[in-house]
Amino acid sequence: MTRTFRGGFHPAEKKELTAVKEIVSLAVPNTVIIPMAQHIGAPCEPLVKVGDEVKMGQKIGEPKGFVSVAVHASVSGKVIAVEERPHTGLGKCLAVVIENDGLDTPAESILPKDPGKMTPQELLHAIKEAGIVGMGGATFPTHIKLSPPEGKQADCVILNGAECEPFLTADHRMMLEHPDDIIDGLKIMMKILNVHRGYIAIEDNKRDAYHLLKEKCNEEFDIEVILVKTKYPQGSEKQLIDSVLRREVKSGQLPIDAGVVVQNVASAAQISTSIRTGMPLIQRVVTVSGSGCENPQNLLVRIGTPLSSLAEYTGTTDGIKKVLAGGPMMGTAQYTLDAPVIKGTSGLLFFTEKEYHHYEPKDCLRCGRCVKHCPMRLMPFMIMANAELGNLDGAVRYGLKDCMECGTCSYICPSRRHLVQTIKIAKANLPKK
Amino acid sequence: MGNVLIALIPAVAAATWIFGLRALILICISICSAMLFEHLWCMIFKKPTTIFDGSAAITGALLALTLPVGVDWYIPVVGSFFAIIVAKCLFGGLGNNFINPALAGRAFLLASYSLPMTTWVQPFYYQAETVDAVSYATPLKLAKAGEAVSLSHWDMFLGNMGGCMGEVCALALIVGFIYLLARKIIQPHATLSYVATVALLGWVFGYQGLMTGDPVASVLTGGVLLGGIFMLTDYTTSPTTGLGNVIAGILAGALTTFIRLKGGYPEGVCYSILFVNILAPQIDKLILPKKYGA
Repeated sequence: MTRTFRGGFHPAEKKELTAVKEIVSLAVPNTVIIPMAQHIGAPCEPLVKVGDEVKMGQKIGEPKGFVSVAVHASVSGKVIAVEERPHTGLGKCLAVVIENDGLDTPAESILPKDPGKMTPQELLHAIKEAGIVGMGGATFPTHIKLSPPEGKQADCVILNGAECEPFLTADHRMMLEHPDDIIDGLKIMMKILNVHRGYIAIEDNKRDAYHLLKEKCNEEFDIEVILVKTKYPQGSEKQLIDSVLRREVKSGQLPIDAGVVVQNVASAAQISTSIRTGMPLIQRVVTVSGSGCENPQNLLVRIGTPLSSLAEYTGTTDGIKKVLAGGPMMGTAQYTLDAPVIKGTSGLLFFTEKEYHHYEPKDCLRCGRCVKHCPMRLMPFMIMANAELGNLDGAVRYGLKDCMECGTCSYICPSRRHLVQTIKIAKANLPKK
Repeated sequence: MGNVLIALIPAVAAATWIFGLRALILICISICSAMLFEHLWCMIFKKPTTIFDGSAAITGALLALTLPVGVDWYIPVVGSFFAIIVAKCLFGGLGNNFINPALAGRAFLLASYSLPMTTWVQPFYYQAETVDAVSYATPLKLAKAGEAVSLSHWDMFLGNMGGCMGEVCALALIVGFIYLLARKIIQPHATLSYVATVALLGWVFGYQGLMTGDPVASVLTGGVLLGGIFMLTDYTTSPTTGLGNVIAGILAGALTTFIRLKGGYPEGVCYSILFVNILAPQIDKLILPKKYGA
């Protein structure tokens, strides 16, 4: 029996382009660009200056503020610039540019450890130092999720292997090729949080991964592998909690308030690898796909590799209309391929007119489809109508603050109205608390 | 929109079968004039024509289906004008009309041409040897007048009775309903709650006293299915939530029964749905879906 939530929809998956393709390591480029902001929250402060020699895995950005996490050099070499560079999510961002010496000399601080012999505090510290964030795309620092505030206690951990975005198969391949790392990472998190219930939730279009992980977890009595329905946005934290546990996170609260910690499967694998090898998060798997991509691939890429290197490797066709970092639903359109891969870059999609369509929005029919499909059960057309009139109080009444901007409403609207786009702008205009 | 037109094919075919070629011609006049008026409107206001979205054709077809077969050719033209220009375009076109254009057109015709709009002919009159079956009462009219209705439920289901062109054959309408549900064009909430309310209240408030009514006949006659399936589910003029639509159906059903019993006309479908159309935005304001995590 697959579990699911109410609302959402099932877009064309297009995962067949890369689902059976093994992860391939992309050659390390001659220069890497390491942005100081690769997470939600304040950017890091650079710890190096032009001319410095850096080693692979060396911390080069010091976190500033609470929701922030360190960044590391993904190659060894020489810093040739510390300046504003294009960024996949922010437009531009301060970055450390490193000329690769090709030696991959590891930093002295890189020491393998045995998580079995470490205390929860030591494990948590190691995760923080490894600069691990939510690798599904949200880039929320992992160590913060693993340190519940005073008085709050998690009772279970859910690993998110839904990967509900069309095209993307990076997590799917991770589950198939590194199942042991994922399970190990889950166990480390369960130890840190002192919980005895772990779930791995996988959409039912990835049954091979489900069966593999289920078999691997045969002996693990406190880990349950669960099939969830293939539906967007199944991989959204709140929706996944609803699907797996039939539990809802109260409006304005965090999953920990409902006793749950949700982590992406790739983040779990990274936790295991980083602790066991000592090497921080310096590479990740990126799905490069779309009809504008000649040879779609799942690439293991060093953080800081320019998107153009990925495009060169897979090849691109003529007539590309749009380039996206991330999935087609939540990803951000790119204005240049000079921006680098960061910790949250799950995909790089090249769209030709096959996928890219421009429609003129028409008047709302009040058909109610956005209401029926909204996974947060809001009334998107009413939020938009109020927002367009500048009535933010009215928009809040119909759920402006609860919108998670998944884009379901815009996708299913028969009049092609810019629902989520308008809602995003209205949210930005809400008075700050 | 194309799907709604497909769903109307059985009803149009049944109308042609029961009332002859004249029915088909009237339906075509109505569709064509509705599309023409919309096209002219767009031309006058220098907008790209909207007739290809199919909504004008649906309005024209639905309007014709609510007319008796004996009306003159110009009646559907006048009705289309009111439906398209007054009820729809003047308010901003598709999506901005606050009442169902086809029903608005019918209401206008009923008020303006009350005699031809309530003159019914016998089903299959065109097969009869003598063509004098002009005046023929609908079952609802008979029942309201306290006369015996000799029709079986089976006759009512197949459409062997007097009435508007599109309302008599329940079978054809239900086929269209199933098609619309299967293609997920409409949701069943409003239709089912409407039909259930009419059946229940039709039984409770019978013409011969409490609990004497015929629930099946009250649903199969007077356009309840035509209104419930094709008008009450109109996107623009119905609430957007499931519960909101259930409430709209119940309100319309209660009002239909009340008008049938106490109103000036034996049917109440048209006015009751128009009334609920006006309430739809208010229902949406009061009935919000339960938010995730609320």
